[in-house]
Amino acid sequence: MSDEHIDEISGVSTTGHEWDGIRELNNPLPRWWVITFYITIVWAIGYTIAYPAWPLLHSATKGLLGYSSRNEVRNELTAAEAAKGKYISAVASKSVSEIAADDGLREFAIAAGGAAFKVNCVQCHGSGAQGSKGFPNLNDDDWLWGGKAEQIQQTITHGIRFASDPDTRLSEMPAFGDIITADQIAQVGTYVASLSGKVQHAGLVEPGAKVFAENCVACHGDNAKGNKELGAPDLTDAIWLYGSGETAIATQVRAPKQGVMPAWGARLGETKVKELAVYIHSLGGGE
Amino acid sequence: MPGLDLYSAPAIDLHQRACPRPAPRLAYAGSLGMGRLSPARVEMHVLDNTQVERLEAEAVNSAKVRQPMYAARKKIFPKRATGNFRRFKWLVMAITLGIYYLTPWLRWDRGPFAPDQAVLLDLANRRFYFFFIEIWPQEFYYVAGLLIMAGVGLFLITSTIGRAWCGYTCPQTVWVDLFLVVERAIEGDRNARMKLDAGPWTARKLALRASKHAIWLGIGAATGGAWIFYFADAPTLVGELFTGTAAPVAYITVAVLTATTYTFGGLMREQVCTYMCPWPRIQAAMLDESSLTVTYNDWRGEPRSRHAKKVQAAGQSVGDCVDCNACVAVCPMGIDIRDGQQLECITCALCIDACDGVMGKLGRERGLISYATLSDYNANMMLATAGGSSSVNPSLVRTADGLFSDKVAHFHVSKIFRPRTYVYMGLWSLIGLGLLYSLLTRDRLQVNVLHDRNPQFVTLSDGSIRNGYTVKLLNMIPEPRIIVVTMQGLQGGEMSVVGDDIKAGRSFAIPVEPDRLKMLKVFVRQPADQIRGAAQTFTFRVEDKSSFEADEYTATFNAPEIAR
Repeated sequence: MSDEHIDEISGVSTTGHEWDGIRELNNPLPRWWVITFYITIVWAIGYTIAYPAWPLLHSATKGLLGYSSRNEVRNELTAAEAAKGKYISAVASKSVSEIAADDGLREFAIAAGGAAFKVNCVQCHGSGAQGSKGFPNLNDDDWLWGGKAEQIQQTITHGIRFASDPDTRLSEMPAFGDIITADQIAQVGTYVASLSGKVQHAGLVEPGAKVFAENCVACHGDNAKGNKELGAPDLTDAIWLYGSGETAIATQVRAPKQGVMPAWGARLGETKVKELAVYIHSLGGGE
Repeated sequence: MPGLDLYSAPAIDLHQRACPRPAPRLAYAGSLGMGRLSPARVEMHVLDNTQVERLEAEAVNSAKVRQPMYAARKKIFPKRATGNFRRFKWLVMAITLGIYYLTPWLRWDRGPFAPDQAVLLDLANRRFYFFFIEIWPQEFYYVAGLLIMAGVGLFLITSTIGRAWCGYTCPQTVWVDLFLVVERAIEGDRNARMKLDAGPWTARKLALRASKHAIWLGIGAATGGAWIFYFADAPTLVGELFTGTAAPVAYITVAVLTATTYTFGGLMREQVCTYMCPWPRIQAAMLDESSLTVTYNDWRGEPRSRHAKKVQAAGQSVGDCVDCNACVAVCPMGIDIRDGQQLECITCALCIDACDGVMGKLGRERGLISYATLSDYNANMMLATAGGSSSVNPSLVRTADGLFSDKVAHFHVSKIFRPRTYVYMGLWSLIGLGLLYSLLTRDRLQVNVLHDRNPQFVTLSDGSIRNGYTVKLLNMIPEPRIIVVTMQGLQGGEMSVVGDDIKAGRSFAIPVEPDRLKMLKVFVRQPADQIRGAAQTFTFRVEDKSSFEADEYTATFNAPEIAR
């Protein structure tokens, strides 16, 4: 600052800064402001003593109050668990049908199951449980292994074709490419397609019915309605896991693709599986 | 520390800028020492033959004596004023405090399913009750509308009658007034308080001060206490409050508001208005030459003199102001209104009362200090200074027989009505009417529908298509209702409700709790052969058959591009 300049009008000295002839008055800050400013400094020092703050070589000071954000999260999680406790114990002690029949419990199970679904199931079944080719849509009313809540629970617990679980749901459609001729496969494919829609080669339907009666009724039934005990799909409905139409069906007859679903019982525990079953049952297709 | 000079700028002196004023009379400024009271009074008795007492008063915040920033606050000891404005202010104070303290205790019967408190901000349940009006959070625009009306209303008031909000109804003003009542009742009026303040700490002083601060804290606690009653059932909460079972937030709120009320009303007082409040600055920008402000009419007051007859005898002109300082003594802001319009002035008009009292005793016209517009003031000033060519000469505004000349401008109510006033009034009324119309025509039964997006549709085993919807029924009255939900359009479509044993169909009735939202998961299903396109629209209609209220929502039904 050069020599002191006094503002003529106010009689206050200026800071010496000048912008296009405008000078800044050197009035002091309001006293309360300055005091507050000093208090914040004192407060900050106290704060760094009370709370973890100063970095050391390998850690940092712990603070006199012993606060840590991990502890806080842990406490909050414990409190949240405690708040859920009565629902969780009720879910654990009741059957899935009982849970589904109780309004409050169902709401809880659907919320909890929905969250578990987002973590564990969306990778195959999709975020809306809509599935995709080879992965069943869980919203619809077509169930390979049954759509009752208990049946869904069983499927989730033990999986499908999951080798390491002895109670897993097991079905294995043979590869008919090795058993019947290519013509017969085309015939039966057309016949099966005709059960749920129009087909191009109507002439193949009748021989196809004969092939079906000889090879397929054991599992899929005389009327091709399938068998949930065996996981044999209903061939007369509109839902096709590996694609509809004569060609896609014939391909599946020749060399069937068969999906595997892991057993979740051991990983998630019985309670979580029940919640998942109630959630999936609520998606609109539950029986 | 350097800082921008926001606070110590010269007082806004519209008058000075607008019009030449007589040279400031500084002669008296140094003569206000203690102990000169008696001679002055004797002189006045002799010379003016009146009972007007000259008060020992100095404008604490006067422009002439304004202190640097770091000066400690000088205490102000406002003298009790009497007069029309003081009476009006007592009335306003009684009404505003009455509204504040009593409103939570008013009851309003809303039936068994809603609280019976007339005004209640039920934060826990997210409802706001105001007598016959109940609003839900999504109707908060009513509050926004009222706030806009309050804003425009303040523009209207400020542009016409100046800072009336500050002077009469601002909580700071009302509570300071209340605190001053307590202070006067305990310590006496101005002179007694000044004496007590200057005197040593005696047992009496200690007792007076302790009781004053105790009562102030009591008022503060009552203020905070009344506040929380707006947020919960008052009779229940008052019981909980005194038995120690109320929520911690209630005690914290009471404590905070006790502290702020005590500090702002008892300790800081005029400093809140001068240093903390932005409103005086905003209002200063909204005043114009047709706004009423409390004005010292120096065109009739100057030259002021305490020795009018002596001066008159010497052949000099004399104004009406006898320089008794009554206006300064009553001022709660510690200013001298004779310095002109100032930022500090809250236009409480107590100086008008004080001056009118003096003028009455002297047998002169009241209104030496009065509500006046700047344009009237300027006209009169031009008259008194002969067009600005001389200093104020009171004889120019009077006729030979001592009455005001016809040329003197007087206030008339029509002067405050100008285009600006009408624009504010129009805007204010328009918003008010809009809110009223919206309030009278609003729906108390509503339906909101959220279409499932993931998946948009589901193909069922018989080939039919199903869409899912989250249907929210809003029963916005505090009575249980049976709501009939019907679907219109979408040929062959049927609804089913998750978790309810309602048979699939095109219509169902469902009970909804009073004043609650009911959320339903509704599946709509349409047979494959009835599907007309990838996106069809249909309507959810909800009805209350008993009150004939209804609402509709047009929803979309999605299907795959090629349905079987």
